Amino acid sequence: MSETENRKRETGAFFQRDRDWHPPAFAPGYKTSVLRSPRKALLSLDNTISEITGPVFGHSMLGELDNDLIHNFATPGESAIGERIIVHGRVLDERGRPVAGALLEFWQANAGGRYRHKKESYLAPLDPNFGGCGRAITDENGYYGFRTIRPGAYPWPNGVNDWRPAHIHFSVFGHGFAQRLITQMYFEGDPMIWKCPIVGTIPDRRAIEQLIASLDWANTIPMDARAYKFDIVLRGRRSTFFENRLEGN
Amino acid sequence: MVQDLGYLKETASQTAGPYVHIGLTPNFGGISGVFESDLGSAMVNDKTLGPRIAVTGRVIDGAGAPLKDALIEIWQADAAGLYNSPSETRGAADPNFTGWGRSPTSAEDGTFVFETIKPGRVPFKNGRLMAPHISFWIVARGINIGLHTRMYFPDEAAANAEDPLLQRIEHRHRAETLVAGGQSPNYVFDIHLQGEKETVFLDI
Repeated sequence: MSETENRKRETGAFFQRDRDWHPPAFAPGYKTSVLRSPRKALLSLDNTISEITGPVFGHSMLGELDNDLIHNFATPGESAIGERIIVHGRVLDERGRPVAGALLEFWQANAGGRYRHKKESYLAPLDPNFGGCGRAITDENGYYGFRTIRPGAYPWPNGVNDWRPAHIHFSVFGHGFAQRLITQMYFEGDPMIWKCPIVGTIPDRRAIEQLIASLDWANTIPMDARAYKFDIVLRGRRSTFFENRLEGN
Repeated sequence: MVQDLGYLKETASQTAGPYVHIGLTPNFGGISGVFESDLGSAMVNDKTLGPRIAVTGRVIDGAGAPLKDALIEIWQADAAGLYNSPSETRGAADPNFTGWGRSPTSAEDGTFVFETIKPGRVPFKNGRLMAPHISFWIVARGINIGLHTRMYFPDEAAANAEDPLLQRIEHRHRAETLVAGGQSPNYVFDIHLQGEKETVFLDI
């Protein structure tokens, strides 16, 4: 937590979520959402201290290979099979300010589109050297990065012939519980993106484009790994200049 | 033309999917050796102040079936009503209490479990105290954006009656969906995603 200790504490309420930008709860093209979506309106409430605050994790919790999915499950001396890539970017808030100390957790299928999960039965084989999970914490400028293999597409029982595009799941903590976000990163140029019912839950094409990582040639490591850049934006905070303190004085 | 406000748009949410355990509770999901333990599995230690409680429950879909692939996170104040967060300005929270926990729902019966403490009261914006509560966040396959709600306590009737969030619920019988069942120290909080008993979810 040392990076954040010297910074001015952020205590403002978060900008309201634009729920026309996010996917709606009920999106019948994604069949599972039909019985798992509330049908009554959400109760709106300006943030209280219960939402403005949130857990923050120190860099000390990270192991050396936490952000290296090529090696963190592999037998020593071996590595995961697949296209080697670096995924990196920044976590910013809606005001464009870096979010330092943000914990990111990511998970994905292997190069053949197979997840290491007991409920997964796709016939593509597991890679004995690939687990599929990792995590990182942003530095003082909001940067994160990890190394992995590019995941494969895989079929799923929604429509008769639905396939997910190659994707990496991201879970992000900002500084307040109301910023909590889970999303998915897609890859530039993948034609599967525009066929996917889960991508299609997002109503605005610009919001989908924001989930597509760009091939980052400048950061590609010659003879080793290509790079993709994926920036994440969390809710901004209102300035507290003109607001009473939470204590009510 | 006027000045561009220059704000960025928030990254859009997507479902956590059925394999959320791989990333968030890998040891529970059968992937061992990457992380020592699953984050958020222990909120208290033997020095934590305050009365120990257990909160269990299920997340139930619109056909009445419990979700066996959901993931729940909770966030709460310590026994003195302070949050363990850099944004807490009122004092230092109990260093032996994380305030944050994470539990998958069981693949057998869909139950989640949190071993925690009963939170103290925290103030609303106008300084009035809110009733003791625990903030919940629910993600799963089929849930496109994480659902926020709160759990209140059945043995805090007087505080609940003056709670500003509970008071805002127009249909009074729906306020009951946010009050746990069971009794101290074992509370039960079932979350109904849809239908007659639908839990009040929050846009916060």
